[in-house]
Amino acid sequence: MNEIIFFINNVVVSGLVLGSVYALGGIGITLVFGILRFAHFAHGDMMTMGAFVTFVLAALMTALGIAAPVPMAVIVLPAAMVITAGLALGIDRIFYAPLRLRGARPVTLLIASIGVTLIIQGLIRLFFGTGTYSFYDLQPKVLYRVAVPLFDATRTINFTQPQVLMVVVTVIAVLALHLFLTRSRLGKAMRAMADNADLAQVSGINTKLVVRVTWVIAGSLACLAGTMLALDVTLKPDLAFNIVLPLFAAAIVGGLGQAYGAIAGGFLIGFAEMCAVFNWAILLRPLKPMLPQWVEIPANLAIVPTEYKLTVAFVILVITLLVRPTGIFKGASS
Amino acid sequence: MIRRALILYALLVVLFFGVGTVLGPANISLLLVQSFAYALIALGLNIQWGYGGLFNFGIMGFLMVGGFAVTFVSYPVNGEFWASDGPMLLGRALLAFLIGAALVVGARFADRIGIKGRWQSVLTVIAWIAAYVIYRSQIDPAAAYIEATDAGWVGGLGLNPVLGWAFGGLLAAGIAYIIGRICLGLRTDYLAIATIGISEIVRALLKNMDWLTRGTLTVSPIPWPVPLPQDLQADGMAISQSFIYSRLGFLAVVVVVLALIFFLVQRAYAGPWGRMMRAIRDNYIAAGSMGKNVTARQLEIFIFGSVLMAIGGAMLVSFAQIYDPGSYQPINHTFLIWVMLIVGGAGNNWGAIFGGLLIYLTWMISDPVAQAVFSTLSHWSTDMGWGAIPDIQSRSSQMRVLVLGLVITFALRYAPKGLIPEVIKRG
Repeated sequence: MNEIIFFINNVVVSGLVLGSVYALGGIGITLVFGILRFAHFAHGDMMTMGAFVTFVLAALMTALGIAAPVPMAVIVLPAAMVITAGLALGIDRIFYAPLRLRGARPVTLLIASIGVTLIIQGLIRLFFGTGTYSFYDLQPKVLYRVAVPLFDATRTINFTQPQVLMVVVTVIAVLALHLFLTRSRLGKAMRAMADNADLAQVSGINTKLVVRVTWVIAGSLACLAGTMLALDVTLKPDLAFNIVLPLFAAAIVGGLGQAYGAIAGGFLIGFAEMCAVFNWAILLRPLKPMLPQWVEIPANLAIVPTEYKLTVAFVILVITLLVRPTGIFKGASS
Repeated sequence: MIRRALILYALLVVLFFGVGTVLGPANISLLLVQSFAYALIALGLNIQWGYGGLFNFGIMGFLMVGGFAVTFVSYPVNGEFWASDGPMLLGRALLAFLIGAALVVGARFADRIGIKGRWQSVLTVIAWIAAYVIYRSQIDPAAAYIEATDAGWVGGLGLNPVLGWAFGGLLAAGIAYIIGRICLGLRTDYLAIATIGISEIVRALLKNMDWLTRGTLTVSPIPWPVPLPQDLQADGMAISQSFIYSRLGFLAVVVVVLALIFFLVQRAYAGPWGRMMRAIRDNYIAAGSMGKNVTARQLEIFIFGSVLMAIGGAMLVSFAQIYDPGSYQPINHTFLIWVMLIVGGAGNNWGAIFGGLLIYLTWMISDPVAQAVFSTLSHWSTDMGWGAIPDIQSRSSQMRVLVLGLVITFALRYAPKGLIPEVIKRG
């Protein structure tokens, strides 16, 4: 039984947490691609930027002497999301809008987004240095241990407070996005524009407004995802730059342009990474008495060594691109 | 257009002289060698993107392959490894790899014996899994054995570094062939993401295969094709002089290689081959209708470009004398090259070289320049009573990323075709 709990801790809980991050980040990438038709490479750094905005706000609040039972980051999160959304709008106005107006190809916008990546990262490093920061300098991370009163299990299922928060926040954000896309006029306009931008414009949809709304959603979700990631691990300048490819993998596996696809893709990649590095021999060991004598269970049955964890996402990405570039849900492909 | 290029190159020479007088001859000779190697890499990207319109974002992977190749060829022979059981175990792993490859290739041709459609897909997946299991079952014990013995890793072959550069090109050609075969059918932005994914896979492999590359333990000192400063000192040269002359010797080799490749590429591009490539880039459908084999030509150009990148990467590793797979970063080794090409001018070889030299210089001097600016500002703010700027040293070393971002943004905005744009002859 302990073995199954070990499995739950290492695959189910970790996969859920990692999947939530990938899903939240992937949605932003997929939305931007759906509306603006370019691979927005700077999304990872927008997440980092959002996390740093939250960090600064939280530090300000703490400096003002305000204390709270939950991490300060959660309280200032709405404000940070608004600020990051504003920054995302500004980035679009300064860097992408002039190129769009000139009728630049998507490839040029991709290169521009790399320029934005470099600028954001450069500014963050300039102001905050290369060190790591933690949201938990003042209070320790709350750790939950759930005992399982079944079959003489002695281990507990462990997870931390930010991990619970992350899953809850992801569910709320996904539900809110779902309601927005299906119920509101603007959300429907967004879906129409993702399907066919020209037709949407001809039928009287304010495409400029849709673009702005897209950046607001992408920016605030990026802030959310970045903050949650920083709460779970630590805050550093290359926090999300390192996972921008898994995010693209999530978006592409789900089908670029498909918000629900990115969620599915995010969890798929999260669980795939965790399953790939999990040592399956642990689950087989209790079966030892049932197996014939000559069967020997190797000490390590992980599919790939732990250091190749991120590589799993890249392999899935490349296979998806080759076998089914439109993703599991048929995505926008032009 | 020629006048513009000449003026820009003259300005570049002045800039290098200016930086040289400030930093001193030893530093500028170091910068020159590296920037010419980067110019070669930018030329490789120009072949892919400027001529072929192929969006390769996996430059880092090819640089690493080149670096590995030169390390393997030129590093002294590791006698302990060859005396141990390692070569035999590795031979078995190679055999397992070949069996696995045969299985995968066999599954590809399964339709010849009547296994078609869905069943072939199932067979392909099974073949891949079987190949992976067979290979892992042999390579894992071999790797563990080599890393556990005193040998530690396979070592090198102890040959001339220039042979290593050539081997890097050859290895990159093989890898580019495989990548090109599977990826070139993709649309531009998908191709970018696929190549960046593959280069990350290459990085993960080279970083973690300690038995082959020593991974994060790094390999050094890697020999030079020309006398090292230490050799010149042994001949009685002063220390400060020896660095300059040895680096100038290395520079001469790099420049000769670059000039030779540049001449060949320029000739090819001016001829029918170049016109065909432009036709494919600008309208591959029309080029296909004219009877050009678009896929094969694109594969060809992808391989050519990758070979140049790997040679450049190998030169950089030779020059630095250390191979550290952990030091490769997408920003320093992929994005930097793209900025070079975009700023210099995609589609123009002179532009690519110019961009390579200029951007590498900018990248390297933005640190000391930022430091100077910050200290001036700091003095000023201290005088004003606001206190000094903290951590000037670490902050200014981060400035280069910001400068690179600003440069590419300005280039896209105000000179989207680059400083020395492509010249299209008409009539």
